Amino acid sequence: MADGSKTKTFIVTRFDPDRHEAPTTETYEVPVRERWKVLDALNYIKDELDPTLSHRWSCRMAVCGSCGMNVNGEPKLTCKTSLAEYGDTVRVEPLANFPVVRDLVVELDGFMDKFRAVKPWIIKAKERAVEEGPHRQSPEELEVFRQFSMCINCMLCYAACPVVANEPEFLGPAAIALGHRYNEDSRDEGARERNRIFRGEGTIFSCSYANECSEVCPKHVDPAAAINQAKFRAVLDWAASFVTSGPREE
Amino acid sequence: MEIFRHDLVVVGGGGAGLRAAIAAAESDPAARIALVSKVYPMRSHTVSAEGGAAAVARPDDSFEQHAYDTVKGSDFLADQDVVEYFVHEAPGELTRLEHWGCPWSRNEDGTVATRAFGGMATKRTWFAADKVGFHMLHTLFQHSLRFEGIVRYDEYFAVKLLVEEGRVQGVLALDVRTGELVVFAAPSTLLCTGGAGKAFPFTTNGNIKTGDGMALAYRAGVPLKDMEFVQYHPTGLPGTGILITEAARGEGGYLRNADGERFLVTRDYGVGTKAELGPRDMISRAIILEIEAGRGVQGEDGEYVLLDLTHLGEEKINTRLPFVRELALTYAGVDPVREPIPIRPVVHYMMGGIDVNIDGATDLPGLYAAGEAACVSLNGANRLGSNSLTECMVFGARSGLAALRFAREAGGVDEARLRARAEESREGVESRRGRKAGTVRISELRRRLNATMEKGCGVYRDEERMQETVATIAELRPLLSEIALEDDSRVFNTEVVAALELENLFDVAEAVAGAALARKESRGAHARRDYPNRDDQNYLHHSLVYHDPSRPRLATKPVALGRFQPEERKY
Ligand SMILES: Cc1cc2nc3c(=O)[nH]c(=O)nc-3n(C[C@H](O)[C@H](O)[C@H](O)COP(=O)(O)OP(=O)(O)OC[C@H]3O[C@@H](n4cnc5c(N)ncnc54)[C@H](O)[C@@H]3O)c2cc1C
Repeated sequence: MADGSKTKTFIVTRFDPDRHEAPTTETYEVPVRERWKVLDALNYIKDELDPTLSHRWSCRMAVCGSCGMNVNGEPKLTCKTSLAEYGDTVRVEPLANFPVVRDLVVELDGFMDKFRAVKPWIIKAKERAVEEGPHRQSPEELEVFRQFSMCINCMLCYAACPVVANEPEFLGPAAIALGHRYNEDSRDEGARERNRIFRGEGTIFSCSYANECSEVCPKHVDPAAAINQAKFRAVLDWAASFVTSGPREE
Repeated sequence: MEIFRHDLVVVGGGGAGLRAAIAAAESDPAARIALVSKVYPMRSHTVSAEGGAAAVARPDDSFEQHAYDTVKGSDFLADQDVVEYFVHEAPGELTRLEHWGCPWSRNEDGTVATRAFGGMATKRTWFAADKVGFHMLHTLFQHSLRFEGIVRYDEYFAVKLLVEEGRVQGVLALDVRTGELVVFAAPSTLLCTGGAGKAFPFTTNGNIKTGDGMALAYRAGVPLKDMEFVQYHPTGLPGTGILITEAARGEGGYLRNADGERFLVTRDYGVGTKAELGPRDMISRAIILEIEAGRGVQGEDGEYVLLDLTHLGEEKINTRLPFVRELALTYAGVDPVREPIPIRPVVHYMMGGIDVNIDGATDLPGLYAAGEAACVSLNGANRLGSNSLTECMVFGARSGLAALRFAREAGGVDEARLRARAEESREGVESRRGRKAGTVRISELRRRLNATMEKGCGVYRDEERMQETVATIAELRPLLSEIALEDDSRVFNTEVVAALELENLFDVAEAVAGAALARKESRGAHARRDYPNRDDQNYLHHSLVYHDPSRPRLATKPVALGRFQPEERKY
């Protein structure tokens, strides 16, 4: 085409619980421009072809985490994924391993519960007063957990995780990485508490080392590494609890 | 219709809303606080802020200096009592975030690092690499989960304020997931709904920044203040409008024209030796003038100039500006380590908003506002970069406490009347769903509104074009009831949400254009070709716009001056 666009075919999952027993698909022809992302095509469909399509998006700069979907079977952040990576036909589905609310929108409440379960906040025996000023934290101490603090909660790792697929209750990569992030923060004193959570059912020891989570992570958080480190720490912590004061388990 | 009863309803889960909810919950663990947000809180657009948050931190800095920079940056339209309070509270607020886990970047000795920012006399901008809003928002959200008193309502869209007996007693909202309307009943409501960049076609703002809270307050009779002041950020990526943070210049980046010349140094644009670290309004104008003078680079998405970071080196870019590199690579196909980034001025921030006092209180009892949705008059005619995130903390906290205090004093709400009032609005909202008979699409009407806003309320403005914009908005407005809505499903109907958002954008746009036309001077971000000078004699005042179905009503309000008297703004 004259404006440098090229038509691609999008096969998009449609599902309205009030209307459909099961998901169906709809096909759209979209004139895509050179630097377009998958999200641009979805927005084109919504604006110009079919306003009944529902999908979530906001920042379109890969940081709000709203627009995760399965694209040609792989979990992707659609605002970051270039259409140039795909051929003439692109299949867009809701993120796998989540209940679907409608079309490309998935249910996140379960995740929000898991997220809260790891106590993702600084725990201190005694709260520090504002007057005491900021903690000192060296760049090296920051570096220990910095990577694990980069998660945008886009849920791609849950969609990719083979354990989540079989065991929906599994705490999952993002939540574990977040708990571990606080455990590794020099300002935090809550590792004991969180490690107790980590040693429970359906948490770190359910992970099968598939590494899929780290491969799909658009922010290079490397949740698989977080889980490995968390396992190591949780075991050490458990062993140490015998040495120091006898077992203090629940 | 379901009623959720609370002491305080906070609408908005961005930086301001979360900070407010935490402050209220901390002050009274028994308080029942609703946190209502149209997206999950961590999706709020605060997440996209890159550069940093300002607060005095170094021995070579002072509150007085921060206050002066802010007032001068505002082109003397900030209320100086507000500024004084702000600069004093700022360090404590950012320290709280530190205690809550915000991963601020550090100096070698473990103290919090600060960087230079536009219009600031020294390094006072705290940062966490170049993902400051992201880290602040996630820290706040995660910390907020500790409080049992904060009850979240994720993906509920506030539609209307419910006013009874002359005070706000609740909010009507749409549960997006089910399509049901619900009532949040509370003696006190705090709007923290963010800005309205989506009134314009080319903006750094996300899809959700549609001025909803501003429109809700406006329609309830509360004036919007200083709406003509729309901040254009100098460095957006052409095409998408994605922001390249001012921190890129704070870390030493240069702006160059097509000839490779550092025009802020070689030519007089009023920024003096500050050069690339001049305030945003001046630099945006300089870029437009460079382009008009034929020294821009012609590109697919219009003309642009260049942000050159190549001399900073790969290591500095990777540690201080990793997100800038990722954004430039992903969205412009340019690696800033090797080549300059194409940029042009882009709509970024609303200095104006809901008229509130230092407590965040509006003149309508029971209604408070904070953050970008509000205009507490910290920013006047031009906000300094990195003051806004801090503003969300300082005034989020103060407004949260004040709103909760009001709730305690105001007593109960009249549920029967709220329910009746809400039922009256039901038809209005529900009739939109699947209203197929219509002549215009949402996307089409949005485009037309955006186009006229860009034309009349750009970096440079003049009488004729603003007149045209005011007229065009009035002409387009009736089309809102002509929108064809094809989605008749109840569940997650984003088309209905988009229609409501577009209606809100019309209210905001009307206020922006109306206030802009009335201000016959140039001040801060409001630059008129026909009135190129500041006119303190006639315009050293805030402008107010009141909603009126026939045409908006304009009024003024005095500026609270203080120890800094208006002087020529030169750097
Ligand atoms: C790209 C970018 C970079 C920036 N960088 C900086 C920076 O470096 N430093 C700085 O100081 N400032 C920066 N800013 C400005 C600053 O980030 C914002 O002004 C600030 O984050 C606004 O926060 P807020 O809490 O007021 O609103 P937001 O974070 O926008 O949150 C608004 C909230 O309101 C909710 N909401 C809105 N409407 C409704 C409704 N109808 N019903 C229910 N909920 C609703 C939303 O869901 C959301 O939770 C930047 C802005 C942008 C766009």
